[in-house]
Amino acid sequence: MDNHKQKIKKIALIGNPNVGKSVLFSRLTGVRVLVSNYPGTTVEFLKSKITLEGDEVEIVDLPGTYSLEPSAPAEEVAVKMLNDVDLIINVLDATNLERNLYLTMELLETNHPMIIALNMSDELKHRGISIKDRELEKLLGVKVTLTSGITGVGIKQLKENIVQAKPSNIKTRTHQQRWVEIGKIIAEIQHLSYRHHTFLEILEDASVNHWWGAVIAVGAVFVSFQVVRFIGEGLINYVLGPFFNSVYLPVLERLSGFLSPGSFLHNILIGHLIEGKIDFQQSMGVLTTAPYVEIVMVLPYLLAFYLLLSFLEDSGYIPRLALLLDNIMHKLGLHGFAIIPILLGFGCNVPGILGTRILESERERFIASTLISIGVPCAALQAMIVGILGAFGGGYVALVYAVLFIVWLFLGAIMNYFLKGYSPELFLEIPPYRMPSLRLLLKKVFFRIKGFIIEAMPVVLASVLIINVLQLLHIFEAISGIFGPVLSFVFGLPKEAIWVLIVGILRKDIAAGMLIPLDLTVKQLVIACVVLSMSFPCIATFVIFLKELGMKRLIQATIIMLTITTLVGGVLNMIL
Amino acid sequence: MEEAIQYNRCTMKKTSLIKMKARETGTIFEIEGGSMFEKRLGAMGINVGKHITKLSAFVMRGPVAIKVGRTVVALGYGMASKIWITINKK
Repeated sequence: MDNHKQKIKKIALIGNPNVGKSVLFSRLTGVRVLVSNYPGTTVEFLKSKITLEGDEVEIVDLPGTYSLEPSAPAEEVAVKMLNDVDLIINVLDATNLERNLYLTMELLETNHPMIIALNMSDELKHRGISIKDRELEKLLGVKVTLTSGITGVGIKQLKENIVQAKPSNIKTRTHQQRWVEIGKIIAEIQHLSYRHHTFLEILEDASVNHWWGAVIAVGAVFVSFQVVRFIGEGLINYVLGPFFNSVYLPVLERLSGFLSPGSFLHNILIGHLIEGKIDFQQSMGVLTTAPYVEIVMVLPYLLAFYLLLSFLEDSGYIPRLALLLDNIMHKLGLHGFAIIPILLGFGCNVPGILGTRILESERERFIASTLISIGVPCAALQAMIVGILGAFGGGYVALVYAVLFIVWLFLGAIMNYFLKGYSPELFLEIPPYRMPSLRLLLKKVFFRIKGFIIEAMPVVLASVLIINVLQLLHIFEAISGIFGPVLSFVFGLPKEAIWVLIVGILRKDIAAGMLIPLDLTVKQLVIACVVLSMSFPCIATFVIFLKELGMKRLIQATIIMLTITTLVGGVLNMIL
Repeated sequence: MEEAIQYNRCTMKKTSLIKMKARETGTIFEIEGGSMFEKRLGAMGINVGKHITKLSAFVMRGPVAIKVGRTVVALGYGMASKIWITINKK
């Protein structure tokens, strides 16, 4: 009877979306993962290993699904994976037991060895819910544990239960029969006590209301901008800027004297001296401009953006925004839920395009991914746009955003008109508001920032190195001479700007940084920022687009991108 | 399709989810649109016989948000038009 114990090689965490599977996975394995308060954070399955009675066992965290009859690619992943697992840990939201039990019923019918985690049990009390977990265990025939991924309650017990897992031997039922059974179970094991509505619950209802919701959304967006600006500017002006100028600069000045200006190494490491001095924004050295752009100009805004995004994600506000924007998004061939990958794209286009897996159809995924790569500048580029254009006045920054937004709307509408197929409707669970756990929030921001530093820094340093070598070899002039005139004619930019676009393929932020020494007029800067945002997404985005949507779609998106960038840049050059 | 029937002392009105007004409550009595659709809604806890509250109604064929038990679900206009409700009015 117990011989299945030896056979456990692969364990899967499966459950409805947004029940805290990933937090639980993180608790069980010690692996850090991104978690949010909206359905669909996990679009790929995550793998790790745990030790179980001396043996290594693989454990996978699957994207959430409501049923074993999937309706989105992320859900399909979950259902497919089920075939080759030996044991299921079914994770349920204890505060929403009735709905969660439907998937449980389906899972029990698969006759996999299974145990159950009633997660979010820390919220039961203040929601006035009591659950008889021992009774539930008897009724379902598999082990049940009350857990909380946030506090860590029940995790040890859950681990111990794994070796006691067994199949339930329930035979297949119809849809109706399952619900009848669930009704009986709920009546027996769950008791709800009446309590007054809390402030959060009133806010929950208000923020999905068609009037109040719009008022709250406008307020939320306004506050978000202010918060990002406050944190970003604060860090630049009072922390990182002064640090670079008073601590790092003297070190570089010594190095500069030691290397003697004009030498090969000096040109590469320090760059050019501007009026006899190192200029962090213009010198273009591997040790000067490269770290300055990333750490002083980009990092503060990136940090601010991710703090805010993570707060919005964990609080549960984003799905409400999805509901409010549904009408507009339908005009672009998407539905409201697509706001999630788009918001992620404002951080970095790569997770944005990956995030489109929550959308049901390939058509929607193509539209959303193309809109992200053309119309959504990543946080690093945005920081540079603010840094460069902000000096001339906020109006110019707003102009760039306005142009991108209009392009985004029109492009979406055009693709919606010409692409075959239709866009499915919004069908989304809206989670309750939760006060984000500060520990998890900071962990997530740290995780994202670390990813940025590890991935971006080497590319930036390498880019600056390559630029300097090419410049020394006079290859710059040759290529600018060939392509430059086209650039001047269409966009009104100097021929050296071709390098900005080429470097933009590697990294957009350092490319934008290269605009500074070119001494452009405001008009040229606005055009350059728009063209840089819209033109080739960086190489990382390109690769992920290819992987997610295939070569044919990538070529289509590239053609769209080249056409629309030329068009918009050209028109701006004429009318500004 | 709005027929009023006398039932005890309450007037029960049958209407589609889109014609229901925000903050009204009612009971689902029919879900049209085939068994796949019914199952998909069902897996989220939206079944015939369920008591619901409508939370929002957007203009221009916009989505509808409803509360079923403790779950809030947002549905597209087309989906909402296939769900029929008996509204409870005192």
